[in-house]
Amino acid sequence: MSDTPLLQVSDLIVEFPVRQGVLRPVDRVGFEVRAGEILGLVGESGAGKSMCGAAIIGLIERPGRITGGEVRLNGERIDNLPEDDMRRIRGKRIAMVFQDPLTSLNPLVTVGRQLVETIRTHLPVSASEAQRRAIALLEEVGIPAAATRVDAYPHQFSGGMRQRVVLALALAAEPDLIIADEPTTALDVSVQAQIMALLKRLCRERGAAVILITHDMGVIAETTDRVAVLYAGRLAEIGPTRAVLSSPSHPYTVGLMASTPSTTGNLNKLSQIPGSMPNLRAIPKGCAFNQRCGKAVARCFEDIPILEPVRDSQVACWLYDPATLTNTLEKTGATE
Amino acid sequence: MLAFIIRRLGQALLVLMAVGFVSFSMFKFMGDPVENMLGQEATVADRAELEERLGLNDPIIVQYLRYFQRAMSGDFGVSYRAGLPVGEVILDRLPATLELALLSAVFAISLGFVLGVYTAIRRDGYLANFIMTTSLIGVSLPTFLIGVFLIWAFSVNLGWLPSFGRGDTRSLFGVDLAILTVDGLKSMILPAVTLGLYQMTLIMRLVRSEMLEVLRTDYIRFARARGLSQRAINFGHAMKNTLVPVITVTGLQFGSIVAFAIITESVFQWPGVGLLFINAVSFVDIPVMSAYLLLVGVIFVTINLVVDLLYFAIDPRLSVSGK
Repeated sequence: MSDTPLLQVSDLIVEFPVRQGVLRPVDRVGFEVRAGEILGLVGESGAGKSMCGAAIIGLIERPGRITGGEVRLNGERIDNLPEDDMRRIRGKRIAMVFQDPLTSLNPLVTVGRQLVETIRTHLPVSASEAQRRAIALLEEVGIPAAATRVDAYPHQFSGGMRQRVVLALALAAEPDLIIADEPTTALDVSVQAQIMALLKRLCRERGAAVILITHDMGVIAETTDRVAVLYAGRLAEIGPTRAVLSSPSHPYTVGLMASTPSTTGNLNKLSQIPGSMPNLRAIPKGCAFNQRCGKAVARCFEDIPILEPVRDSQVACWLYDPATLTNTLEKTGATE
Repeated sequence: MLAFIIRRLGQALLVLMAVGFVSFSMFKFMGDPVENMLGQEATVADRAELEERLGLNDPIIVQYLRYFQRAMSGDFGVSYRAGLPVGEVILDRLPATLELALLSAVFAISLGFVLGVYTAIRRDGYLANFIMTTSLIGVSLPTFLIGVFLIWAFSVNLGWLPSFGRGDTRSLFGVDLAILTVDGLKSMILPAVTLGLYQMTLIMRLVRSEMLEVLRTDYIRFARARGLSQRAINFGHAMKNTLVPVITVTGLQFGSIVAFAIITESVFQWPGVGLLFINAVSFVDIPVMSAYLLLVGVIFVTINLVVDLLYFAIDPRLSVSGK
């Protein structure tokens, strides 16, 4: 039990049939999440972060579907479960928090009723016990006067308060894993830190693991234990957060870090990666990053790189392949 | 809340005064009442004397206000054709129209809502697609054609239901109602379906598109992520959010059902105010026509008021206090 990771994603492929062919927003992504761990999932918009989250919890919008790989929760496969069994896992064992707290709550239903229905869907408790737990949850996420606010409607809460309610809803049935899809993007900067701290505290107290989907490197640095970098639906690099952030290996991660402003570096000039992420319809042959990579070698245009250990992390880049290392690095020099 | 109702009542009064002005103008511009009353033998002096007595020499606005004031107290004058006070004539016919409208509204709303929700949930199902295609017929066929077709099918060929009239009635609080007897109810089925078919398909298509819209929202996705059952999502969440826009249209549709029962009532010879109006038109019975116009105005205004109040019952964001 202890050596089985809480969540194992291997070679996950998500495909969408469209008129011109088949799009693949998630392409052979694999990672693990251990109990109580916080894994960051970073990447540009369209890199497949949210789609990964949706695939794990089984909420990919039709006509998209998982066409390859598997998702295991505590060792059991969950990606091929019948809808009704998957529904019992959602909210109970894996919960999800979405980006916009303003639209995540049904405006016509009191927050109390939304909490009670979630609790009673997953736990065999009476209505009054569920109501009591709903108030306790609201208190726990820091809603003042929870006993009266439980009967309020979502529009009577501010944005930050609503995201607290959303967290309470996600935690209602004590899930083992929370997928937080950009939980603070829609909030004021001042509130963002509070919500992140709250999420971190609640999960630590309950031993719940988190997959934090974000494009904010600051949030990644402060919050996560490990980080996975996605590019055009593929995993570029995954490893301990400190290792990936301080000594990134994949050229894309290197570029990403260089384009993140820091207080210690040069504040006047912010470097950027030339070009933009390829459209899903036009992913180049070989490495998806080859068009923008300054160090691409011949092989990068031929074969898709596979994840290999580099220092503390795992990196999908031919530059670290022993064969390439010997004949290229000595010519071009190491990372700048 | 009270202030809102009072404000809306004030607006309603303004609307009714405008409608009243139109129905008042009918007297002014359709035919000459003095001519009608005096006949061909009258002298110019007789005319002048009658005009003075009827107040026709007063300014238009004074005449209008007098008309409106009388109308408000239920005095619409005397029907040219029946020789009875118009208020009495209309009140006598109103229950027939209202019970027919009510039955057809119940038919249209309940079936329209159920089918709308069904076709939205089973968006790609065969039956749902079949219902959607068939509903186009309901939207596009004119009412009288549907009525005639139903008579042909169920009265002439199958002989199951009567083709005209109101059947037996039973008195309740002094009002004769057909809905209370089996025979009357049987007579009502065909006209009620005819009257409600168009509204039913309209409501169904509206409910479907609203429901599909709601099912795409974030809170439905979040409800799914919380593991709620499909049933709880569809009926506990999505349906409630579908209601607000649907109620607006449904309310107005009910107004149309009452107001435009004219065609159905003439096809089925249903003795309601619609038939009364058609007969009044052919006899140029202006007091009846103008009173009918005002009645329709009152019905629409009342329904609108009820619809506005229903919003408050459904959508907490509209409570005036806001908390």
